[in-house]
Amino acid sequence: MSISATVRTLGLSTLIASTAALPAIAQSREDVIIAVGEQGPNSLDTQTPTSNDYTRLVALHVYDRLVKHGVKTLDDGTRVYNKDEVLPELATNWEISEDGTELTFHLRENATFHDGSPVEAKDVKWSFDRAVEAGGFPLIQMGAGSMTEPDQFEAVDEHTFRIRVPDGNKLALPDLTTPIPIVINSDLALEHATEDDPWATEWLANNTAGGGAYDVVRWTPGNEIVFQRNDDWKNGDLPAMQMVVYRQIASAGTRRALLESKDADVSVGLPPKDFAELAESDAVKVVGVPKQSAIVNLEMNVNMPPFDNPKVREAMAYAIPYDAIMSDAFYGRAAPMYGADPDADYPVAWPAKSPYQTDLKKAKALLTEAGYPDGFESTIYLDLSRATTYEPMALLIQQNLAKIGVDVTVEKVPGSNWFSKMLEKSMPMAVTSFHAWLDWPEYHFYWTYFGANNSVFNVASQEDDELDAMIQKARFEADASAYDDNIRGITDRVMTTLPKIPVVQDYMDVAMQNDIEGYVYWFHTFLDFRTISRAE
Amino acid sequence: MIAMIAKRFASAIPSLIGVIIVTFVISHTLPGDPAAYFAGPSATAESIAETRARLGLDQPLPIQFLTYVGDLVQGDMGRSFNSGQPVLTDLARRLPASFELTLYALVFAIVVAVPLGLWAAVNPGSWIDHLCRGTVTAAAAFPSFFTALVLIFVFYYKLGWAPSPIGRLAIYFPIPPSVTGFLTIDAVLAGDLATARAALGQLILPAISLGLFALAPLARMTRASMIGVLGSDFITTARAEGLPRRTVLWTYGFRNALLPVVNILGMIFSFLLGANVLIEQVFGWPGIGSYAVEAVLTSDYAAIQGFVVMMAVLYILLNLGVDILNMIVDPRVRYDD
Repeated sequence: MSISATVRTLGLSTLIASTAALPAIAQSREDVIIAVGEQGPNSLDTQTPTSNDYTRLVALHVYDRLVKHGVKTLDDGTRVYNKDEVLPELATNWEISEDGTELTFHLRENATFHDGSPVEAKDVKWSFDRAVEAGGFPLIQMGAGSMTEPDQFEAVDEHTFRIRVPDGNKLALPDLTTPIPIVINSDLALEHATEDDPWATEWLANNTAGGGAYDVVRWTPGNEIVFQRNDDWKNGDLPAMQMVVYRQIASAGTRRALLESKDADVSVGLPPKDFAELAESDAVKVVGVPKQSAIVNLEMNVNMPPFDNPKVREAMAYAIPYDAIMSDAFYGRAAPMYGADPDADYPVAWPAKSPYQTDLKKAKALLTEAGYPDGFESTIYLDLSRATTYEPMALLIQQNLAKIGVDVTVEKVPGSNWFSKMLEKSMPMAVTSFHAWLDWPEYHFYWTYFGANNSVFNVASQEDDELDAMIQKARFEADASAYDDNIRGITDRVMTTLPKIPVVQDYMDVAMQNDIEGYVYWFHTFLDFRTISRAE
Repeated sequence: MIAMIAKRFASAIPSLIGVIIVTFVISHTLPGDPAAYFAGPSATAESIAETRARLGLDQPLPIQFLTYVGDLVQGDMGRSFNSGQPVLTDLARRLPASFELTLYALVFAIVVAVPLGLWAAVNPGSWIDHLCRGTVTAAAAFPSFFTALVLIFVFYYKLGWAPSPIGRLAIYFPIPPSVTGFLTIDAVLAGDLATARAALGQLILPAISLGLFALAPLARMTRASMIGVLGSDFITTARAEGLPRRTVLWTYGFRNALLPVVNILGMIFSFLLGANVLIEQVFGWPGIGSYAVEAVLTSDYAAIQGFVVMMAVLYILLNLGVDILNMIVDPRVRYDD
């Protein structure tokens, strides 16, 4: 970018900032939600590979998807999204062919974008093409529903849109609820497209062209994003809050103080210790839901001695101080993933509890049996950006392993280096985690245990042809009981071969003022401000 | 004077080139693969390779360096991965925030440290001297982020006197049109006194936390310099001549004692600008310090390089400013030879 362009950008952002005085937009504090968190979006466009996770928050509010999930209430009153229910958002109704290869959507006829222009099938087509052409993560997410080529998408007429999924992937429909296949105002975006940039990525990174429940009125990267309600939104119930202010505050202590002083309404991403303490007090409420399809493991590289010996891996499973990790690393803000009844069947769900418990005698015996009566030396790696919980966890494991003669050092890898470290598959032991948006066990296994694609999350380098065949079968199994048996079979196999030892399923925690209502846990873990309201 | 400024600028060029080379090499040899990081979750080896090519990181280092220098000459510092914005835009937007905070911190430090140091120097060994030493030691002993958290706890959380530590301006105030980039000044210029007061309120705690950090060097320097001056011959002469104590202390003593203090002011300012990293984190301050931390944690090359180059330029300019100020304070100082 040249200097003059930079000056233009600066001038423009100053203009936006100075004309967007908040009091003119919101009537009172009652109509505004102030949320604080550590990180924020690095772009307003979710459909680029370099977009960070927080751009999904923007996509969620500023853009619509064709369909959304329903919401259900758990026994304890917590509201969570319902994976089994798909409801209209931009599409009012849809048909899916018998074999699942053709999905036809009918768009809401009076839906408009923020600039007032109507939403048409050509916009959906353009947006979906854009998602698969973007490459990187957007393409991978679209690929989860077997949507990888623009010619799979067709604008049949002004308000009818069709997707062809040749393999009849059952995840195609739920994949449409994720914040990747969003609907963009193609006419507006194309005005800013250039020959080098046919998808207007430059412009959409800093501007919005959506039709969602909110629009961005102010964005200061690294500091703040302000959403204002779109009063003409027709694709759902009009949100209660006129304005949402999300500010980035790096210090967790400050975020907690802001919440306790009632200057912030919602705080995300506090350390579990703070959530546990806040949950004890009555001043604010804490809603915690175990993150779906998420698990924290102790993972061992099955190609590196001594972990190529299954007995050693089993010994490790008996040597982990599970209860101490639950209480001293996660402060109870996690679900235990150990100590299942060894005689009971596994559930048809993932994560599932392992049948292992802390038993150092057994661990020692297994090590002796494996030929390591005096133990060995190794290293546990962990992701520095998750050190708040993973470091105490690794240290507790280190202490226990010392008791059976295994001498491990703990190595923290900076967040920026973690992905390359995982790709190298060079870590003998690592604290790893995975969290999937689509809550199907075989989808989770596909990314974490599947040897054929050996994805970055297969830190253990597990390559097991039999397991791969079972996972592949589960992805396309039509018969319900065969599917259930298959998932139990996979679970049993990964619990026996043990490339990863399940430890806990961590919580998605949110702390908020007592008068904040309507919080729903979503698979993407972001706050959906569209349903948030303030008690009268 | 102008020739001297030009000469100083010219002498800064080699150091600037050195800084550019060293930052480039260091930031590219540090562990960490931005491509892997930005390919994001569910990355595959192919998508990482694709991201790497997109970011130009697959080129050999010398080529990357040439591209970088070529862009830099045109004022293009590259694009930050974190913010998605050109680095120059980011720095230009964030620098005034850090500058304003640092300047207020420095003013606070001067207002407290200089009188304290002078007072202690005039009465060496007295209780005032001990108070000075105690204050200075205490201020220097606590890490600034800790002081910041304590101040937040006491004045915001417990007493409720300070506004919420949520950045430069509470959410409800309009941002004044940007003239100087200093919110307090811009708001006054725009005639919006309520906003000016709010912006000043947001500044108090972070400025004090940061200013405490500079108390020690300033107070010590003032005290030592004043004691030195008061012990010198011309003061003895002035005293012997029967000049009033006031004239001896202020006209002869203070002015001469100020010279080394002014000398280190520039250094302290640039030092504070770098040191407010943690303060900015704690107070949610959208300045360059928090920007740099984020950049280092994510191996955001362009942002790190931009930050370091900008700091180098600032140091050079500040030193120049200090030299000029020196000539005004002390007519004996000449740089023209």
